[in-house]
Amino acid sequence: MTLALLLIALVLLGSAAAAMLSRNLIHSALLLVGAWAGLAAFYLWAGAEFVAFAQVLVYVGAVSMVVLFAVLLTRQGATAAPVEFDSYKRMVGGLVTAGGVAGVLLGAILGTPLAISAHPAPAAISVKQLGLQLMGPHAAALLIVGVLLTVALLGAVIIAAIDRPEDPAP
Amino acid sequence: MSPASTSSFLERAPLLLRDWIVDLFPAALQWFVHHLLSITAILTVFGLFFAFTTIAERKLLARLQNRLGPNRSGLPWFRSLKLWGLTQPFADAIKAITKEDVVPAAADKVLHFLAPVVIVAFSLLGFAVLPFGRHLIPVELDAAILYFFAAGTATELAIFMAGWGSRNKYSLLAAMRALAQLISYELPLILSVVPVVLVVGTLSTQEIALAQGSWTWGVLPHWHVFTPWGFAGFLIFLVAALAESNRSPFDLPEAESELIAGHLTEYSGFKYALFFMAEYFGLTALSGLGVTLFLGGWQAPFAFLEFIPSWLWFMGKLAGMIVFFIWIRGTLLRLRIDQLTRLAWKFLVPLALLNLGNAAFWALTAGWTGPLVLVRWAVSAAIVIVPFVILGRRLSAGFAPRTYRYAT
Repeated sequence: MTLALLLIALVLLGSAAAAMLSRNLIHSALLLVGAWAGLAAFYLWAGAEFVAFAQVLVYVGAVSMVVLFAVLLTRQGATAAPVEFDSYKRMVGGLVTAGGVAGVLLGAILGTPLAISAHPAPAAISVKQLGLQLMGPHAAALLIVGVLLTVALLGAVIIAAIDRPEDPAP
Repeated sequence: MSPASTSSFLERAPLLLRDWIVDLFPAALQWFVHHLLSITAILTVFGLFFAFTTIAERKLLARLQNRLGPNRSGLPWFRSLKLWGLTQPFADAIKAITKEDVVPAAADKVLHFLAPVVIVAFSLLGFAVLPFGRHLIPVELDAAILYFFAAGTATELAIFMAGWGSRNKYSLLAAMRALAQLISYELPLILSVVPVVLVVGTLSTQEIALAQGSWTWGVLPHWHVFTPWGFAGFLIFLVAALAESNRSPFDLPEAESELIAGHLTEYSGFKYALFFMAEYFGLTALSGLGVTLFLGGWQAPFAFLEFIPSWLWFMGKLAGMIVFFIWIRGTLLRLRIDQLTRLAWKFLVPLALLNLGNAAFWALTAGWTGPLVLVRWAVSAAIVIVPFVILGRRLSAGFAPRTYRYAT
């Protein structure tokens, strides 16, 4: 089991590092998708089947498409050209931002009390139990997230579908 | 998965064979051999199924177009044996393997190579959770349906890799078209499956197949397709499945008159064959899911036909679905891209959402008896038919009858 975890971690961290180091944006995006898939593998290893499949469905399936479309639509033909080194100012800015995010995340993780060895391994939770939990005690959160996503979707439709006056009527 | 002793010998035959082979190996290796056998069985059965689907498609399409279709290929050393050309797929396979593999000089070599590999690998994953028979399911998962759709998402990535990696205008354009189509139709596809999950109350494919087990008055099977919400869901599922597997009338990404061969333009030889294979595997897996969710899975249509083993029923229904899809391909014309997206977003998605409400109504009124059953059926049917008619009328209002300005 530990060997499998090491293998998953190697693939995950390897593809994440390669995504950062790659000078080709499309390759970076695809490697990022690989890292997300590795994360799903880790969830599977940890026994969280439902979360793993949801991770694949949402990240590998949908978010990856958003990333790839964003890259293709914003880089106007220069997708294959490697990204050149820009300036020291940008490098310092990037390092400071990344360091800040890493610091906040590390602080949050270290500050959370994780009683790992105290509990015996809990029995596998069925999808039905998960559903009941989501629809019962956490129904409000689920509804709020749903409304938020719907509003975002409608906003995107409105931004994208402005009828310009010069458009001839179909 | 312990076969009940009541099952007939034929019902248990595949399991007995598997257990016999597994017992030949030492205990430490048995779990491995067990899964390896499942994988081998899927690859063999569906590899052959794919081969004969291609020949069936060619022959059926030929008949629909008043031709004969391939009928010449026989066996190498038995010239007198004609076999109606049924060995054609094997000849095609040899041709595909021995063909030259051309990679464009400007292509992204890694992605160009990875795309067909990824698409075939992931299109095969869906078969793992389909219940092929009463005791015959490769992997029994609690969240099987979620797994099925998660396994299918990687095809979108593979199509992108093929389109972008080829470094060809037509490939990239077609890949974008294909992605728009796949993303648009993923929504109605999943929304048409949700009512089944809602009514049965599980994501496990085996339990969904089991829930469609009995008969009303001994004749009408409890298949979901024979309920108003199930019928509507099945139709939406069929349309969305056709679009998801890029088949006619939704084969715009490969519209040869506009885009040469779409994202397959720069592929030749065996890589092309792999894409072709993945398309058929995807279609077969989706058909299998449709059979499981709506057509009763491996259940027999009548009680007196239960002596026929369940896996034969499943394969029979699967073959029926495939033949239906071939029939559609021979009948309907290709859609335009705006018609395609309009159909998905303005017609199928609202209907699928309403159908979800319909299924909720059906689940809530499960306790109604006597004359209330008729009310239940009438209300449920009205929820399906009324919006269908209204939406259909409104969407086609400005389009017919078609007038021609420069032609008669």
